Amino acid sequence: MSSRSSTRLGRSIALHLFLTPLALIWLFPLWMMVVFSTMPDNGIFSPGIELLPHGNFIDNFNNLQRDTNFVGAIGISVSVAVTYTILSVLLTSMAGWALARYQFFGKGAIVAIILGTITLPYAVVLIPQFIMVARDFKLANTWIALIVPPLFNSLGVLFMRQSFSMMPDDLFDAARVEGVKEWRIFLFVGLPLARPMLAALAIILFLASWNNYLWPLLINSQPGSMTAPVALGTLIGLTKVSWGGIMAGAVMLTVPMLVVFVLLQRHFIAGIAAGAVK
Amino acid sequence: MRHQNATAYRFLAPYLLIFAVFWVWPIISSFMISFQATRTVPWRFAPGFNWGRLIGDPAFFNALENTLLILVIQVPVMISLALVMAVLLNSPLLKARGLYRFAFFAPVVVGEVAYSAVFRLMFNLDFGIINKLLNSVGLPKIDWFSNVTPAMALIMIAVTWRWAGYNAIILLAGMQSIPEDVYEAATLDRVSKLKQFFHITLPLLKPVIVFCLVLSIIGTMQLFTEPFLITERGGPGGGTETLGLLLYRQGFRSLNFGYASAVAYTMAGLAIAITLVQLWLTREPK
Repeated sequence: MSSRSSTRLGRSIALHLFLTPLALIWLFPLWMMVVFSTMPDNGIFSPGIELLPHGNFIDNFNNLQRDTNFVGAIGISVSVAVTYTILSVLLTSMAGWALARYQFFGKGAIVAIILGTITLPYAVVLIPQFIMVARDFKLANTWIALIVPPLFNSLGVLFMRQSFSMMPDDLFDAARVEGVKEWRIFLFVGLPLARPMLAALAIILFLASWNNYLWPLLINSQPGSMTAPVALGTLIGLTKVSWGGIMAGAVMLTVPMLVVFVLLQRHFIAGIAAGAVK
Repeated sequence: MRHQNATAYRFLAPYLLIFAVFWVWPIISSFMISFQATRTVPWRFAPGFNWGRLIGDPAFFNALENTLLILVIQVPVMISLALVMAVLLNSPLLKARGLYRFAFFAPVVVGEVAYSAVFRLMFNLDFGIINKLLNSVGLPKIDWFSNVTPAMALIMIAVTWRWAGYNAIILLAGMQSIPEDVYEAATLDRVSKLKQFFHITLPLLKPVIVFCLVLSIIGTMQLFTEPFLITERGGPGGGTETLGLLLYRQGFRSLNFGYASAVAYTMAGLAIAITLVQLWLTREPK
């Protein structure tokens, strides 16, 4: 008995001795991001080792705002991410509902096309999307260009299809017998029942839009139309630029997401893990 | 029901429209563009123009080689690490689980631009904290940005940091769906924890591991932001240029859409091959 509990203790100590340094290494870049964002530029580029925050965040932020209109870019990023998330959740849950709850002509083909193309790299559609949006529709540097093309993402369709198909038929049949219209059944019975899945999906989509870099970089390259990651990215590699400012921007992009992550961890993890459950 | 066709398509129409215009059509379109000479207007059909150039282009083979090298080293290292994280986070002996989860999962929410900026500063030659720490323990500084090997290592370190926790989340979810009683029976039979891992966890987790591998391979294959921002446009001298970066340069710097589409379809070909291997590896035994 006592030898068993002592091996348990030994195991537990070994586990923590291994995992703690690994966790600290993993946190280190985030910690340094915060530290850098509070240091003056001549402090960042000095020979000493600085591991603790200073008090220079506001100055750095002002430098960043001088280098690029970061507040404006944040405004664009927030609006785009919110609009995109609402639209995408709505479109994909409607599509997922149809695929889960109805029998109709062409259903198998639609599912086959979605599943058959989902692992194709995004790079394949990048050039035609760009030609279409920038040249054919002349929509470069607009909000539409940032919001609409990324709505093609089919992860939500599969996720919501699975969520809706796991619900028992009786839930909806009762309403049908009463003569309730299908769209009302979807809105007032289906969606409320799927609330946890919708939350997980919304978080993942919001994060994807918030951090999206390549498409906004290509399509909205005019200074007044850039998203925050793109605006920040243009500063990286310039010679006369405040690195403390860049780090202040990085913190402003990252910390709100970390807070959301901590508060909504369950939904977050459910959303990511859902990718694996087919 | 009588009107199911109409009802279903009313729900599907908005999504299908977007899906067709911004996904299905571009997949077909870029395939066709790859067979066109796009340097002069109007574009003309010239099947060998881009593909012929591709197979004789040292820049393409350099990018392909770099991409495959990163794939072959980074993906297995990251998945193994993710597996270790998942197993240990799943241990009933672990205290303060929330803190450890936060440490490993937090990078999942960090944007590519933000973390690329931090890694650039951390690995700076003279003022980066990494070289300072190496120096303080008596090791020589490493010039991460001017030599190809350290630059490649830096890209791999950065990507691993960003994505290991993501894979650990998926693996952990997979582990937690393995029924408890399997382990209880094994423990009663005095099977050691290590043996349980190799004989129960790993085999049951195989589809999830393969899924993570495929996801990571396809993700890493498209690697763009890290060599674009951290090693500055694939530097030193193209040493970290990837297929993603080559596509960007050809498509959006030189506006050579035909050639860039051929590069894109090379990536698609690799992705299709990898997906087929996945299907084969996780096929149901007949």
